[in-house]
Amino acid sequence: MRGAAAVAGVGQTTYWKWGQADEPEFKLALRAIMAACEDAGISPSEIDGFASYSNDRTEASRLAAALGIDELKYAVMQWGGGGGGAAGAVANAAAAIATGQADCVVAFRALAQGQFGRFGQGPRRNTISGANAHTVPYGLMSPAQMFAMRVNRFMHDHGVDQSALRAISLASYQHAQTNPAATMYGKPLTAEQYDESRWIVEPFHIYDCCQENDGAAAIILVSAERAADLAHRPTYVLGAVSGSHHRVGAPVHNDPLYATSSFTTVAPRLYEMAGVTPADVDVVQSYENFTGGVLMAVVEHGFCEPEQANEFFTLDNLLAPDGDFPLNTSGGNLAEAYMHGLGLTIEAIRQIRGTSPNQLRAADGGVDVSMMIAGPMVTPVSSVIFGSDATIEGIGA
Amino acid sequence: MSGYLADGLPVPVPSSDGRDAPYWEALAENRLVLQRCNNCRGWQWGPEWICHRCRSFDLGWEETEATGVIYSHERVWHPVHPALKDHGPFVIVLVELPQCDGVRVVGNLLGDPMQDLVIGTPVTGVFEHHRDHDPPYTLLQWRVD
Ligand SMILES: [Zn+2]
Repeated sequence: MRGAAAVAGVGQTTYWKWGQADEPEFKLALRAIMAACEDAGISPSEIDGFASYSNDRTEASRLAAALGIDELKYAVMQWGGGGGGAAGAVANAAAAIATGQADCVVAFRALAQGQFGRFGQGPRRNTISGANAHTVPYGLMSPAQMFAMRVNRFMHDHGVDQSALRAISLASYQHAQTNPAATMYGKPLTAEQYDESRWIVEPFHIYDCCQENDGAAAIILVSAERAADLAHRPTYVLGAVSGSHHRVGAPVHNDPLYATSSFTTVAPRLYEMAGVTPADVDVVQSYENFTGGVLMAVVEHGFCEPEQANEFFTLDNLLAPDGDFPLNTSGGNLAEAYMHGLGLTIEAIRQIRGTSPNQLRAADGGVDVSMMIAGPMVTPVSSVIFGSDATIEGIGA
Repeated sequence: MSGYLADGLPVPVPSSDGRDAPYWEALAENRLVLQRCNNCRGWQWGPEWICHRCRSFDLGWEETEATGVIYSHERVWHPVHPALKDHGPFVIVLVELPQCDGVRVVGNLLGDPMQDLVIGTPVTGVFEHHRDHDPPYTLLQWRVD
């Protein structure tokens, strides 16, 4: 699959605070897809497949009818909640193209929580049964609570300080200050504000937790041959994988490798497919549901040893363009918008194209290898590596 | 308020497929039972229909002492349910049961919510009955030894 598919276009709507979108969810999806077609310079008629995740309510067949596409050849939903499929949808789209099942596939996510209710809230009923009956009556009912338990164990095992989580949060907020599309544009965050902010659940302050937003984003993938005819610098899918290790989904917090973000087997497969190593990766976008997930996911992708986390996760090190490990360069889920990670995937593509709001310097040779890590701590998770045309003939080819 | 947490959270009932009914019935009798495979004798939790080791469908229920160690913990501040609106911080623990192949259960850690939380601390189970509730139910809470 390496290099078989490439990005034709990307599109996104205005990003809104949750519940404030002035258009319905389905229309937001249409707007993001139309924006991606315009960016690609293709007609929507060329689209023949749709890939989404997290039980997206916008059905492929509805989109196909509304957009009047000629023929629907591929309609696939990645199982799993949250943003675990934000790279998996790209993987599924690229797989369809690589295997000839479709020629032009849209990976998308649309969210309007005003229309459909919020995440992060406990159940509002009198009784509960099944696996949740063993957690919810003890007050364990939100994603923040589900994941703080894993992060506390990881930080204990490896002696990681709160400052590592803080650096991840501050980097996203700082990167958003040069991104006018970010919901936190013009709303900088200081270390003091972070330290004094309220706890949601230890070790997560409120600034360690993603926002909830309304909007939509879309990425159109085509064959590498077709992409060569299009306007943008070609951005190839070098590798895109999903999954999780042995029994991550064991109920009641019984994942055997508990203090992980579920990438222990996924990351090695990603590098193998992409033909690159962590040292080849120029820039990383890592999905912040919570900063602790970023911490573990970056470790599991081989960028730092867990025992080095306190030295590695500093604000200076995570900032573009001068840090050694620029992270979440558009503001990410925390400060750009929470599009279940698809916004981060688009930012990974922008870095290759040279159009990021915090573009890595051309003096460094530009960005040839750009990674997006999706949905740490859920299952399945996914990650993707995009490459420039230089990677097709260069490293690992 | 009759338990560690305020009344008004969803209360547990056995799953409609009956899978975990023996667990809830035993808690009401101050006993902790978990699933144990009758074929390979491995413990497993949460409730399943098949043994993940030997793939036998012959899973039994076996009693174990309600003792364990804190595997992880969290102090919760933000109320995500209206019943907890004015509750203040509380502690959830993930308790490992070494005598049961290290399976884990979730509960609250009784006592001062601001107490030091230390992974590896031995804890003992406390059966918290809500017999007057409709439906009645029992939770398994934990206390530092
Ligand atoms: Zn067995």
